[in-house]
Amino acid sequence: MKEMMEKLREASIRAILESEDVDSLEALRVKYLGKKGELTGILRQMGGLSAEERPVMGQLANKLRGDIEAAIEARRQVLASALMEKKLEAEAVDVTLPAAETRLGHKHPMYNVLDQIKDIFIGMGFEILDGSEVELADYNFTKLNIEDSHPSREWTDTFYFTPDSKILLRTQTSPMQVHAMETKTLPIRMIAPGRVYRKDEVDATHSPMFHQIEGMVIDKGVTMADLKATLNLVVEKIYGEGTVTRFRPHHFPFTEPSAELDIRCHKCGGKGCPTCKGEGWIEVLGCGMVHPKVLAGCGIDPDVYSGWAFGMGLERLAMGEYKISDLRLIFENDERFLEQF
Amino acid sequence: MKCSRKWLTEFVDLPISEVGDRAFAEAMSVSGSKVESTEDLSLTMKNVKVGKVLSIERHPDSDHMWVCQIDVGDGAPVQICTGAQNVRQGDLVPTALDGSLLPGGVEIKAKPLRGVPSDGMLCSFKELGATQHDFPYAIENGILILQGDYQPGDDMAVKMGLDDHVVDFEITPNRPDCLCMIGLAREAAVTFGKELKLHEPVVAAKAEGNIAELAKIVIEDADLCPRYTARMVKNVKIAPSPEWMKERIRNAGMRPINNIVDITNYVMMEYGQPMHAFDFSCVGNGEIHVRRARDGESIRTLDGTERALTTDMLCICDTEKPVAVAGVMGGENSEIVGDTAMVLFESACFNGPSVRRTATALGMRTDASSRFEKGLDMQNTMKAVERACELIEMLGAGEVVPGVIDVVPEPFRETTLKLEPEKINALLGTDIDADTMKKILIDLGFTMEGEIIHVPSWRADVEHYSDIAEEVARFYGYNEIPTKFTGAISTCGGYTPVQQCERQVGEILRSLGLDEIITYSFISPSYYDKIRMPVDSPLRDSLKILNPLGEDTSIMRTTVLPSMLEILTRNYNFRNKAALLYEIGKIYLKREDGLADEPKIVSIGLYGPDTDFFKLKGIVETLISGITGKEMRFVTEKENASYHPGRCAKVFAGDACLGVFGQIHPAVAANYGVDTELYCAELSFDALYALRRELPVYTPLPKFPSVSRDIAVVCSNAIPVGDLSDCILKNGGAFLKGCSVFDVYTGRHIADGLKSVAFSLTMRADDRTMTDDDADSTVKSVLRALKEQYNAVIR
Repeated sequence: MKEMMEKLREASIRAILESEDVDSLEALRVKYLGKKGELTGILRQMGGLSAEERPVMGQLANKLRGDIEAAIEARRQVLASALMEKKLEAEAVDVTLPAAETRLGHKHPMYNVLDQIKDIFIGMGFEILDGSEVELADYNFTKLNIEDSHPSREWTDTFYFTPDSKILLRTQTSPMQVHAMETKTLPIRMIAPGRVYRKDEVDATHSPMFHQIEGMVIDKGVTMADLKATLNLVVEKIYGEGTVTRFRPHHFPFTEPSAELDIRCHKCGGKGCPTCKGEGWIEVLGCGMVHPKVLAGCGIDPDVYSGWAFGMGLERLAMGEYKISDLRLIFENDERFLEQF
Repeated sequence: MKCSRKWLTEFVDLPISEVGDRAFAEAMSVSGSKVESTEDLSLTMKNVKVGKVLSIERHPDSDHMWVCQIDVGDGAPVQICTGAQNVRQGDLVPTALDGSLLPGGVEIKAKPLRGVPSDGMLCSFKELGATQHDFPYAIENGILILQGDYQPGDDMAVKMGLDDHVVDFEITPNRPDCLCMIGLAREAAVTFGKELKLHEPVVAAKAEGNIAELAKIVIEDADLCPRYTARMVKNVKIAPSPEWMKERIRNAGMRPINNIVDITNYVMMEYGQPMHAFDFSCVGNGEIHVRRARDGESIRTLDGTERALTTDMLCICDTEKPVAVAGVMGGENSEIVGDTAMVLFESACFNGPSVRRTATALGMRTDASSRFEKGLDMQNTMKAVERACELIEMLGAGEVVPGVIDVVPEPFRETTLKLEPEKINALLGTDIDADTMKKILIDLGFTMEGEIIHVPSWRADVEHYSDIAEEVARFYGYNEIPTKFTGAISTCGGYTPVQQCERQVGEILRSLGLDEIITYSFISPSYYDKIRMPVDSPLRDSLKILNPLGEDTSIMRTTVLPSMLEILTRNYNFRNKAALLYEIGKIYLKREDGLADEPKIVSIGLYGPDTDFFKLKGIVETLISGITGKEMRFVTEKENASYHPGRCAKVFAGDACLGVFGQIHPAVAANYGVDTELYCAELSFDALYALRRELPVYTPLPKFPSVSRDIAVVCSNAIPVGDLSDCILKNGGAFLKGCSVFDVYTGRHIADGLKSVAFSLTMRADDRTMTDDDADSTVKSVLRALKEQYNAVIR
């Protein structure tokens, strides 16, 4: 009997190791260990054994069963991992094939620049105001110290809705200065970006609709030194650290003193090149101290409060930043253009 | 404003050799006179010498060319071939030598002409960039035979005054006083700390008689002419101006004409006072009347154009007719001509805006009008006319008649201000002492009387202490003002909820693959027809621009649809395969008070492969649920004529309509010339914002598992699936947590006019694990309701 068991061990282990798949392995398990299997067959003969032999054979039989089971399990694992490998191999993909289509949309380049500027000012304690584009001449001109005979009021320059020239499309974001002064509690720190309109034919640098961003600070003790410090900081944030600026006297009816802020040409470092038209400097924005007359006209006592303001064109800024050569591209909205930003 | 550096040295000692172009431009720009560009005129003509023709002979191999030996003052003569026929031995001629440069960038090289070596070229005045006026004695088609002070070897560039640098200034409109040499010289003198050298004109006036006996001047419309000053010249000898004057006039960008005209231009450039010279014999009755034009009057101006005048235009007239448009241009009827014998010089002051409007209306902005329109110094008229007469005597161009007529209906009123150093320092953030301020002001021509500032007549722009602050700051140096934050930041700032919401709308749409666009706010009224807007729609009542650039930009849009369609069309025409676009743009709705309500609309537009109604619906749904977190309803919209009547919906959240979306009506697409399906959505940003998600409150996660059951019902094809879903949710009882459609089927096994709709129901009990009975009863009540309300029966 012992011999039979040894024979069975040998035969079964060999068969298990030779089995090629999980099904045949299972068949082997039934063949050797099943209710009608070979081991059971051997054990049935135990009845003919002596009382001394029976426990010894029983022990041997149990060990044999254990060994066969272990061999089956080991073989099952080997087969399973081979199977997995085969499956993975079959599942391999060409990773260089194009991806399933997912598309991220693009912000308009000009609003990229605008959002950048908004964030800079938000970080400095400013709020953002949005205002009407259909505006009263009073706000667009008169309250900004722009006299009745000023050329910018001409019908050749400004779009009007009424024959008395009282209602118009704002030509600048500056009326937001007046609205802020009239409606906000002091102190004020605000920027007001938006659409403005002038009667310019469309070409590479002109558009009857374009965007400006206005900014204003009104508080006690505000000086031109403040203006310079703040705008220098803003310009460095926009154009990079170490940007060299210069302030140059200019004229705006609603600020006095007025200035233009230039930055040293980043292309030539100030030597003069086509980018800066040989001047070595690039005009960035207009600014100045809010005219005391304007303050007073908005009900703010210029002997107590002072302020500064600035205005800049957004299109030119975006065009400079992204090297866009033609303003018309901004309003053409060609997908091939929009996708680049 | 063009400024000759050479001429400038007459007033300020600033030679080019001492202060180079770069340094000059930088200093002038930061003191307020912005330099646009500088041109070195000497670079325009190089190596052109005065040559003397030593000999001239026939070219051996040509019947029209000549071979000349030319002495250019430099040892051996040069040999030059020329085809011109007016050159004689002994003539002085401009000779462009080998390697020379002529105006216009023409380079001259030595090269043989028909086998005979030629070391350069003899030049006509045109080739030197000059005109007949510059060399009145020269013939037009031939070599310039020089007359006057020329020696062989002289550099023609120097002789023509090209040894000069011309600076182009951008002068701001508040500083018309800087539109002349003296004004710029004053700025330059203070900028560089140099002395300003001014000259007082002296007139001998030796002619007989007095202007008062010869001429009469009447200002009829004093509101447009505060001052009119005149002098007279007899026995005028019209001739070319001397070289020095022609040179200055040329370098300032004008053309020399003759001595009288040149003197008026010269004085304008020197003093900034435009002048006019009338041939006095053509001024009827010797009377000048300054008045508005009368109805039906017209004038032929110096440029030869007949111009109809309107009654708001100021004119200079004799007793009968206009002889000049005041401040703009003279009339041909009183033009200075070769035989003019008597000249009346006008040096007047006219109302700026009136001159500007007249010049604009007549379409002729002249050097004079562009100065007058900014408002000139009325105290300048006398000096200017004196200077003109001084030049007449200096040039021997005539005899000045004694006396001046000076009509001043409105005397000059001087501005005085108080110097308030502490106020100025408070504005600038500086600590400049009063003496420094005074010195700057005095250097600029202000006079001080204690603390009282007398503003000079040419500085009408200075009227307030803040203007004084600017004067001080300009010369103290804007860039010397400290850069420091003087106050603590006392505001918080930040985005408002509306602004945050707007940003979020953009973020969601971009995450869904849409690109942002920017479109014009104005459109053409015809676009309403293009989108098939009903003729009686109140949206057709747009704000109308009274002076638009053109029809296409003449009204303010009341809908964003045409703007989006225009951009979709453009992309389609560019053959872009697909476009997914959005804009958060305003529409402009007329208000009672004439202004506009300007609500923002979220405008979405799509076309391209895989684009259909449901792709757009997915975008709309994701946007609305992203912003509001609310359930939506979609209602078929058949009435909006811009959209496909079977593929358009209104979307609601609660009772609020958020907008409309769907496929654009093929007829509208056809109006835009597009033969593909276009999809658009117009959603109200305000409505979205009003429904924005509030602060979320955490709902505990379910503790018990859910059960899912699928049902399929057959019902009329006409019933919207959304109605069935609503019915299910309403009648499912407490266990029903969700219902989703997973199949809609028509065709085989389903009778005509019917459809099969399959739903997956999700059920859950909040307090225990659900039993099958619970689920069965829920399904049963759902099916009962569907049967009762929609005659939908289980399949």
